[in-house]
Amino acid sequence: MPSSSEDLAETARVRRNWLLSTPALVLLALGAAGPLLIVAVYSFLEAGEYSGVEWRFSLDAWFQILFHRDIFDDTISLADAHLTIFWRSVKLSLLTTIATFIFGFPTAYFIATRAPKQRALWLFLITIPFWTNLLIRTFAIMEVLRNQGILNTLLMKIGLITTPIQILYTDTAVLIGMAYVYLPLMVLPMYAAIDRFDFRLVEAGYDLYASRWQVLRRVILPIVKPGAIAGSILVFVPSLGAYVTPRVLGGGKNMMIGNFIDLQFGQGRNWPLGAALSMVLLVIVGAALLAYVRVSTKENPHG
Amino acid sequence: MANRIKPFSITRLPGFTAIAMTAFAILYVPIFTLVIYSFNGSQSVAIWGGFSLEWYAVAWQNTQVQEATIRSLIIAASAAVIATTVATMAALGTTRTAQFKGQTLIYVMINQPLMVPEIVTAVALLIVFAVIKVATGYTGLAYLILAHSAFCVPFAYLPIRARLEGMDLSLEVAAADLYANRWQTFRRVTLPLALPGIIAGSMLAFVISLDDVIITEFVKSAGQDTLPTYMLGQLRRVVTPEVNAISTALLGLTILLLTAFFLLTRTRD
Repeated sequence: MPSSSEDLAETARVRRNWLLSTPALVLLALGAAGPLLIVAVYSFLEAGEYSGVEWRFSLDAWFQILFHRDIFDDTISLADAHLTIFWRSVKLSLLTTIATFIFGFPTAYFIATRAPKQRALWLFLITIPFWTNLLIRTFAIMEVLRNQGILNTLLMKIGLITTPIQILYTDTAVLIGMAYVYLPLMVLPMYAAIDRFDFRLVEAGYDLYASRWQVLRRVILPIVKPGAIAGSILVFVPSLGAYVTPRVLGGGKNMMIGNFIDLQFGQGRNWPLGAALSMVLLVIVGAALLAYVRVSTKENPHG
Repeated sequence: MANRIKPFSITRLPGFTAIAMTAFAILYVPIFTLVIYSFNGSQSVAIWGGFSLEWYAVAWQNTQVQEATIRSLIIAASAAVIATTVATMAALGTTRTAQFKGQTLIYVMINQPLMVPEIVTAVALLIVFAVIKVATGYTGLAYLILAHSAFCVPFAYLPIRARLEGMDLSLEVAAADLYANRWQTFRRVTLPLALPGIIAGSMLAFVISLDDVIITEFVKSAGQDTLPTYMLGQLRRVVTPEVNAISTALLGLTILLLTAFFLLTRTRD
């Protein structure tokens, strides 16, 4: 028998590691992961008359996500209102990702090209908003966007507009708000990518008569690509599931998926539909994360 | 010389610095505006009425705000203690060890709250707790503490794990060589060395719990507002600078804890 005492020690070590991890796993199973399974079950039940569910199997909730059955003549049509909300969520999340990239890339590049001593300070300036309460930041941008806010006041002072433009409670407000609150999530991973970059490569590019544009496109962009992908996932995923920002800045009408799910558990009184919508959101987010893992392991097989 | 040429900088890209400065301005102007208007003497969040601490006094004397503050602190402190305890144990079990079966599963479970959209977890907890509330009749703070403890685990775990991974194993071996038993080694060597990570982790957990809106909004029973859910409720009405005052106070607390966090986790060069 080969080294049975080593095997025993190995078994004891694995058992100890699992025992130490058990309290965390139990807590997460009770307070986070376990309840997700109940959501899956609820999406296959019938809606209760006032709220909650009837314990009868039904595919109605999944059907209702995309279709609408007329209560009088049973004709089936596409649920336009639902499609509008899905489209708005995807569109605003993509635009948010693009907006944060446009501002985030130069910001990350700026920080990474500072002297090493200064970098920590600039990074700290990005981290403070990142850790500041999302609701406070949403409220702060709301104050800027409102009709008597500083944005309208400024635009009127310089004479671009004569009367305040209504920004608050529009899709634009939700977009500006999400780009504002999620900007640090784009800057941080992009900074991490540029920070490790050896700028002698840029020098070599210039030595070989590359223009600034060529250096940007051929040398710098390939280096920042993994950071940009990570940042895009970090921005896109919470944007798609956003609840607070669209609720505060979009008013009641400009709902996103998160608010639509909330509605089903409140006034909508359709818990199974809310549960089915939650599952859809979970699957989309899961697919995005999986795609990210695939891409990042392909880009960097050793990391 | 007539035409001076700017020295060629290899790191410079045209317009990048300007966009970066704009980004910093965009990040900070709204926050500064919010803080400045918390000292506003007028009723409105839009018109400046002179410097005043009136709204801090209003918030301080508002019983709803008082109760929400105490509730927020109780929940955040409980969640931080529970999350940090289980996270420390899990970190001890998953770092500085050869790859073992199921390790990836443990990682996925611990980081799961970072991946699932908060609204989905909120809805899931609403459903489960609604059933339990009806079955047991108990509607206390335990539900909120359980939910907060769970989503704080990854935030407590990551700094502790980072600290443990950077630790020198030879110190523990030396302790064992000197006939310290397992518990003594842990108590006298491992724990003191891991302590900065543990404190940092508990502070992050505290901040994360204190800031939570969505899960709290769905899990809380009637009359269980925390500061953020109280503020969310206020935003639906006509907003007075009272909300600015509460925000500024929370902001100050967050910056204080974060500065301490950075000082604790800073690597000495």
